[in-house]
Amino acid sequence: MTTYIIRRLIMMIPILIGISILSFAIMYAAPGKPTVLNLDPDISVEDRERQMERLGLNDPAHIQYLRWMGNVLQGDLGNSFTRKQPVTQLIMDRLPNTIILMVVSTFLAVIIAIPFGVLSATRQYSKLDYGVTFTSFIGLATPNFWLGLMLIMVFSVQLGWTPVGGVSTLGSEFNLLDRIHHIILPAFVLATADMAGLTRYTRSSMLEVINQDYIRTARAKGFRERTVVYKHGLRNGLIPIITIFGLMLPTFIGGSVVVETLFSWPGIGKLFIDATFERDYPVIMAITMFAAVLTVIGNLIADILYAIMDPRIEY
Amino acid sequence: MTETLKQEKNSITQDKSDVLLEVEGLKKYFPVKAGLLQKTVGHIKAVDDVSFAIKKGETFGLVGESGCGKSTTGRTLIRLYEPTDGKILFEGKDISGLNEKQLKPYRKDIQMVFQDPYSSLNPRKTVGTILEEPFRVHKLYSKAERKERVEHLLEKVGLNPDLRNRYPHEFSGGQRQRIGIARALTLNPKLIIGDEPVSALDVSIQSQVLNIMDDLQKDFGLTYLFIAHDLGVVKHISDRIGVMYLGRMMEVAPKRELYSNPLHPYTQALLSAVPKSHPSEVKKERIILKGDVPSPSNPPTGCVFHTRCPKAMDHCKVEVPKLQELEPGHFVACHLYN
Amino acid sequence: MSTLLEVKNLKTHFFAKDKVLPVVDGVDFKVNKGETLAIVGESGSGKSITSLSIMGLVPKPGGKIVDGEINFDGKDLVQLSENQMYKVRGNEIAMIFQEPMSSLNPVLTIGEQITEVLIYHKKLSYKEARQKAIELLKIVGFARAEGILDDYPHRLSGGMRQRVMIAMAMSCDPKLLIADEPTTALDVTVQAQILELMKDLSKKFDSSIILITHDLGVVAELADRVIVMYTGQVVEESPIVSLFDEPLHPYTQGLLNSIPKIDEEVERLSSIGGNVPTPDSFPKGCRFSTRCPHVMQKCIDEQPELKEIKPGRKSRCFLHEEGVGS
Repeated sequence: MTTYIIRRLIMMIPILIGISILSFAIMYAAPGKPTVLNLDPDISVEDRERQMERLGLNDPAHIQYLRWMGNVLQGDLGNSFTRKQPVTQLIMDRLPNTIILMVVSTFLAVIIAIPFGVLSATRQYSKLDYGVTFTSFIGLATPNFWLGLMLIMVFSVQLGWTPVGGVSTLGSEFNLLDRIHHIILPAFVLATADMAGLTRYTRSSMLEVINQDYIRTARAKGFRERTVVYKHGLRNGLIPIITIFGLMLPTFIGGSVVVETLFSWPGIGKLFIDATFERDYPVIMAITMFAAVLTVIGNLIADILYAIMDPRIEY
Repeated sequence: MTETLKQEKNSITQDKSDVLLEVEGLKKYFPVKAGLLQKTVGHIKAVDDVSFAIKKGETFGLVGESGCGKSTTGRTLIRLYEPTDGKILFEGKDISGLNEKQLKPYRKDIQMVFQDPYSSLNPRKTVGTILEEPFRVHKLYSKAERKERVEHLLEKVGLNPDLRNRYPHEFSGGQRQRIGIARALTLNPKLIIGDEPVSALDVSIQSQVLNIMDDLQKDFGLTYLFIAHDLGVVKHISDRIGVMYLGRMMEVAPKRELYSNPLHPYTQALLSAVPKSHPSEVKKERIILKGDVPSPSNPPTGCVFHTRCPKAMDHCKVEVPKLQELEPGHFVACHLYN
Repeated sequence: MSTLLEVKNLKTHFFAKDKVLPVVDGVDFKVNKGETLAIVGESGSGKSITSLSIMGLVPKPGGKIVDGEINFDGKDLVQLSENQMYKVRGNEIAMIFQEPMSSLNPVLTIGEQITEVLIYHKKLSYKEARQKAIELLKIVGFARAEGILDDYPHRLSGGMRQRVMIAMAMSCDPKLLIADEPTTALDVTVQAQILELMKDLSKKFDSSIILITHDLGVVAELADRVIVMYTGQVVEESPIVSLFDEPLHPYTQGLLNSIPKIDEEVERLSSIGGNVPTPDSFPKGCRFSTRCPHVMQKCIDEQPELKEIKPGRKSRCFLHEEGVGS
């Protein structure tokens, strides 16, 4: 197992280098210059040139890349062009907010998706199954931003039940209820697509499990259907779900871009979208690489969990 | 009866002119990889130093339990697997080292029928298309001739030629296996390797298919390598039989000789394990082998059977017994006979 | 000998779209105490669904017992509620299946899978159940039973898994054991081990056994009495020796003759022509009429009944009336 993990970690290195080259190239090829150069409309050509020189933007692309890489290897992600702060600091300030959002929305997705997926499978072709299937397709098909806007309109604007955005009421002390009040809508929106997907996966995984011979054995032992499904079925049915879960991890970053922007949630996603508009290269690269690391680590975690859940898998 | 006896006698002579396929020291090892750099740390010795010969027009049965390497042997012979070592002489020519292009003419001559008639036919093609496919691949015959040949083949395996436009799922298991046999026959092969061709079929259907295989052998002058685990079926169809265990050939003999006078302790145990065919039959002392077949990735030293052999001696743990001819045509790999 | 199980006119049908498939269609038989009854048939004969009907485990949705009685130890299982059946399954009637490779739960240890039955039905404590599990594993032939308890099924070979299945089935000392093709997936030397074990156990536990199989060799080894099923019906019932000596029904005759045997040699196997009809295309008359070598006009028009031909021997065939064929 340890050898396996080490091998996988080593294999990550070329993958991550590849991703960094690719994203650097795409970012470099994208039109537009960093906003910081145009902040002052009266800036002289010489001043701008001096700025370019200072930020190292005049060097050829591969030199810029290698310099960036060299700094990263020394643990320096550079400074934000726009915000004049170290990128590490920027990310560290916002990461907790994103993580809280991710954890809460994952929790929501799981506690709703798995029971409904199981029910849908054990009562295949029932009204409940059709209902769950229909709802999850709607969930999959609804764009995040639209759902978010609608929920804000109904619950925040018209009913006034929830705040329009932010992590907490401005200027107030830490208050758990206030936090929950703020997080509920964005977490729900972020959870919908995954919730729908997970429900579908759980359903098909459980359907497969329920037709297995060992489920018949469990029934032949005289167990109640509940024991059969939850003790003998679910543990097997969850194995593939775990994998999907690991793969879902990075999609939260993508989802959080939309949701955080929509709900003015000061997290990584919002930072990323701001940085992209501002062509704040060091921030863009840092967050892209963060997402990339999350993806490969997510994969590895999925595989490790797989081996823990399923005694047949050995590495 | 006397004629078949004579045939059996003939097969023991060293005369190689009528040998169709000769296998010499065939080995197929699958590497086992592990560790940081995925180095090969061992081998699964699926087939380990197997030799036998099949004469033109005869049926050679290969029996053994799961994991004995009988199927791997069959698949290596048609080069679905690359042999690790050894020679495969087909009509005197070694085909074990040929590349795909050089192999093409032999692909026509050696055909295979698989166990599972459900998964070995493409479900999206009609039976006619499936059967014509080999002609297309080898660019043989005109369109009309192909059709005629396919209809002829279907008739030969006992199916109505009108069924050529049906899809595989419209057939029963037995009918599908007939289609599998017809497909193997399309290119007029010399050797057909049947890998458990009747194991998935019900008894009443199994006997139909066995009879068809018998008829086809006579009509087309076919030679069969018949791989199976059912000792009754193998006895019925074969002229000579090889018994495999853990990748090695334990005993080769003409069928009557093998069943009436099994020499290897493994063959003896295998035969005594077959359920009786009548309830009031009194079986000779049944030899119940202890334990399970050891893993082929770590086979026992010396004779691979010594861990379960009721007659094992100290010597068996050390030295691999050679396959030696004990009586004319009867080969055994066992130290008991030294 | 007293009767433990009596199945009367059992009909288990499957409902698919607009079709009704009579997979089990009027089956009658008895199992006496301490007796091993074999149900023999090819695929599509309805033998497995018959056994699942007794267990109350007919595949749902689709399958349903539409008629008949299953009288077991004084109660009609068809009439029992699901709650009452929970106490019968695994406790009074246990079952082992064909595929030892897939019949054990891959994520639970052998110990968990055996002890859970004992804790559930016999209300043993975990410790007692574990002790009992070790005893059972020893009985079915594991020398190092303690070690096996914490192993997962994939660590064991097919034969060992089938032993575990048997230990599990015997754990609550059932009155009836249903063994559905218990040795079909096993190699012949392992099959011999398992057959020996089952013979020993049926004596030791004094259970009745229903042995479901397509293999007449296994029947010859183990059974006291046999019923032969074809297309959802019993076509012949007989004590074991007389079935092999003198099969009455043309289907049984054909079946016995089409098996290649290791102790005799024939130039050509006799075989039953044609295919087993599927449940949506059963013939109107005798269901074997499409393949029977002795078919008469009457067989095409009418269905024969299962009748006692000789003491203890029943057959479903018109030939016996005509005085031919026996």
